[in-house]
Amino acid sequence: MQDTSFELGGKQFKSRLIVGTGKYRDFAETRAAVEASGAEIVTVAVRRVNITDRGKENLLDYLDPARYQILPNTAGCFTADEAIRTCRLAREVGVGDLVKLEVIGDQQTLFPDVAATLEAARVLVKEGFKVMPYVTDDPVTCLRLQELGCVAVMPLAAPIGSGLGIRNPFNLAIIIEQAKVPVIVDAGVGTASDAAVAMELGCDGVLMNTAIAGAKNPIAMARAMKLAVEAGRLAYRAGRIERKLYATASSPLTGLIG
Amino acid sequence: MPDSSATSITLNGDLYPLGADTPLIALLERLNMRRGRVAVEINRAIVPKSSYGQTIVRAGDQVEIVNFVGGG
Repeated sequence: MQDTSFELGGKQFKSRLIVGTGKYRDFAETRAAVEASGAEIVTVAVRRVNITDRGKENLLDYLDPARYQILPNTAGCFTADEAIRTCRLAREVGVGDLVKLEVIGDQQTLFPDVAATLEAARVLVKEGFKVMPYVTDDPVTCLRLQELGCVAVMPLAAPIGSGLGIRNPFNLAIIIEQAKVPVIVDAGVGTASDAAVAMELGCDGVLMNTAIAGAKNPIAMARAMKLAVEAGRLAYRAGRIERKLYATASSPLTGLIG
Repeated sequence: MPDSSATSITLNGDLYPLGADTPLIALLERLNMRRGRVAVEINRAIVPKSSYGQTIVRAGDQVEIVNFVGGG
């Protein structure tokens, strides 16, 4: 079964796994994990350069923007203004206008500030950004973000870095059914089966960082996630059987020995 | 003793001695910054890369230089 490619902001991608680049031991490990994951889109954060350490290597020396779609995030922003400012700076680095918008509402849960996310999305879309918002798994908010012109919606599966997996598959199913833009589960995946479940539900993609970077062997986990996303996607397209309460025999009931 | 803030800028939150008004492009060179890797804000306004040559950094300016780091 030949899969269709996955379109985001006017570009086609084969891989449906988007990976973060945080929490790795060094840039070499980051690159090895990204390669093993097969991801074509990688998220990065925007931070002040280190003025005192001038010889410092740059992440983009390890992840060639000609090969990877760089997706700057607004992690750490608690207001719409901070997020908008961060996106403007990110675009000026020169890797395109695709951005992962996240406006955090609470330090402990890192749940999104929905009102501020909507406000920032409205401004950013008007300024020509292709906005991919991290958002609560709330179908109505996802609809509003879609109406504002976001190129995808990215509901969380569980709190960022929690590894709790898909906490509300029913909300995700509603979001997927209603969405006209790609739905990407962002945050909360813990292991390969979580990624597969997200894809089996019909998500267009999965975004993760900690589940790979925090694994005992990040490179092996990156490959596990690649396989899980592919397996989940294929199972979704193959069309799973209905769930039934009682058994149905797999072997013929006729021709049994006497 | 001259007031050091008169000849300094605030660079990424810290006081940085500038000497005299300096073209942004010269400041970036002095800091060993590659234009394809950074973005610059002066007094909260983005400086487009195409304007680096014409932009002068002046004493008292608030300058932010950012780049990409690992993140999720």
